[in-house]
Amino acid sequence: MSSSGLDWRLPRLRPAALTVCRRNWKVWRKLIWAGLLMNFGEPFLYLIGLGFGLGVFIGQMADMPYLTFLASGVVAASAMQTATFEGMYSVFTRMVPQQTYDAMLATPLEVDDIIAGEMLWCGCKALIAGIAILCVAWLLGAVGDARALLAIPVIFLSGLCFAGPAIVMSALSPNYDFFAYYQTLLLTPMFILCGVFYPTSTLPELMQSLIQVLPLTHAVALVRPLVAGIPLDGVLVPLLVLAAYAVGFFYLAVVLVRRRLIV
Amino acid sequence: MNPAAGIAAPPPLIVAEQLAKRFGDRPVVRDIDFAIAAGQCFGFLGPNGAGKTTTLRMLLGLSPPSGGRLEVFGEPMPAAGRSVRARMGVVPQADNLDPDFTVVENLITYGRYFGLTEATLRPRIRDLLDFVELGDRAGARIDTLSGGMKRRLTIARALINDPELVILDEPTTGLDPQVRHLIWARLRELLARGKTLILTTHYMEEAERLCDDLVIMDRGRILERGAPRALVREHVPGDVVEVRHPPAGLAESLAEDRAIELETVGESLYCYTREAHALVDRLEARGGVTYLHRPASLEDVFLRLTGRELHE
Repeated sequence: MSSSGLDWRLPRLRPAALTVCRRNWKVWRKLIWAGLLMNFGEPFLYLIGLGFGLGVFIGQMADMPYLTFLASGVVAASAMQTATFEGMYSVFTRMVPQQTYDAMLATPLEVDDIIAGEMLWCGCKALIAGIAILCVAWLLGAVGDARALLAIPVIFLSGLCFAGPAIVMSALSPNYDFFAYYQTLLLTPMFILCGVFYPTSTLPELMQSLIQVLPLTHAVALVRPLVAGIPLDGVLVPLLVLAAYAVGFFYLAVVLVRRRLIV
Repeated sequence: MNPAAGIAAPPPLIVAEQLAKRFGDRPVVRDIDFAIAAGQCFGFLGPNGAGKTTTLRMLLGLSPPSGGRLEVFGEPMPAAGRSVRARMGVVPQADNLDPDFTVVENLITYGRYFGLTEATLRPRIRDLLDFVELGDRAGARIDTLSGGMKRRLTIARALINDPELVILDEPTTGLDPQVRHLIWARLRELLARGKTLILTTHYMEEAERLCDDLVIMDRGRILERGAPRALVREHVPGDVVEVRHPPAGLAESLAEDRAIELETVGESLYCYTREAHALVDRLEARGGVTYLHRPASLEDVFLRLTGRELHE
């Protein structure tokens, strides 16, 4: 342990993390209908309401039907929302009021395993939400072709990418109210600015450069062409950005949760 | 004669030397030494803030010591935390059962954290639920269990990996007498099966009933150690006669008797003496005195060592 009180040892990935992920999966399965209603119902409303309602006036956007444009954006945005809320509210609940992690830490599990398992679970939940929207979009005729299946691993990676910062927030947070900062200062701006509803090329140039730092921009850049069935250009940078967020914030989350629980 | 005399005693399960823990500048555990032998029940006694829970967390590898040496099962802590915890069971102070699962699901999920398979766990869980008398609640949701049932389930959970050592942090706090006696009986059964128990408590009666050996801690230090009866004999010889609302002059007249040691606490006068019957006769002869005559207990030792002021 360093003098700053932070344990910066690199996290180790072990199969034990799967038992943590499995625990969350088992709980989710108990509430499966409420979960699925949310995963299918909300995007359905977005796509019907905005896609058809606004779509009538907009017609095409960026050379594709607005419904397709919107559906592909909402897939990425919902991976973000799902992973973020799981990483903040649910992880915080297990870490602080429910003391689930204290119980886990009395077994051979370590913080490394718990956070790896939670990240994995956030990725899985993003996957469930993303696939639900893909299904709805496909039923509405908004999906280009089978290339849309390639969006699935991207959704999972996006889930990991957004889970890391959310778990970092949980590790730092004194209470639930604290999450409002993250939601207002980062989550909502990403939702509005990163190309979910309109092409980012319409933004002022300074803004366009700024949003390159935000991971949702890159998730949308990958998911949209795959869902619309148009060629992808520049896969490497968005993939690297998403992966860098996932790895970097996983490491930071492990260090900060160690500081909170191993005292 | 002890037939085992001359044969070297087995090495202790746990050895702590000059073990210390500070939070920032605040010392919580101050250079304590102790050794815990296999197969015994070892108690950490002390008022709130004595450093008991922190010491337990260091034993589990969940709190890196600020100084000193700590070995559990012959392995250095906290480095060996993972392998050490695989051989331990823990009953924490606060119930942290998984509220989203039933009784059985809690045990299966917890067993998986130890890498155990469902095939191993199923029969073991049946036995454990019978052991803690929850056999008929296997499918119950956690929020339908009483406090005593939750604690018993937590004990079953701590045994899921068939541990050699079980750590219990205030195992019967807040429970009714029936549950406490059931838990004590089960803990004695675990000792009879050869398990080692470590418990913290501030119930002296619990420590007297269960512990073979104990330390009394206060403000991060070990004040005294030994077997409960030996500690009582050493620190509070004889009996205790508590006089409630002593009439004026009683304390002064008793103070002349060298066989009686006096202590005034609030409205009560505590008389420690080996000649309790003579004292009781005196009080009876005087009349109009409310008193309680009892043998000295660990609680008397505890209060003498840690003081009577509040530890808050």
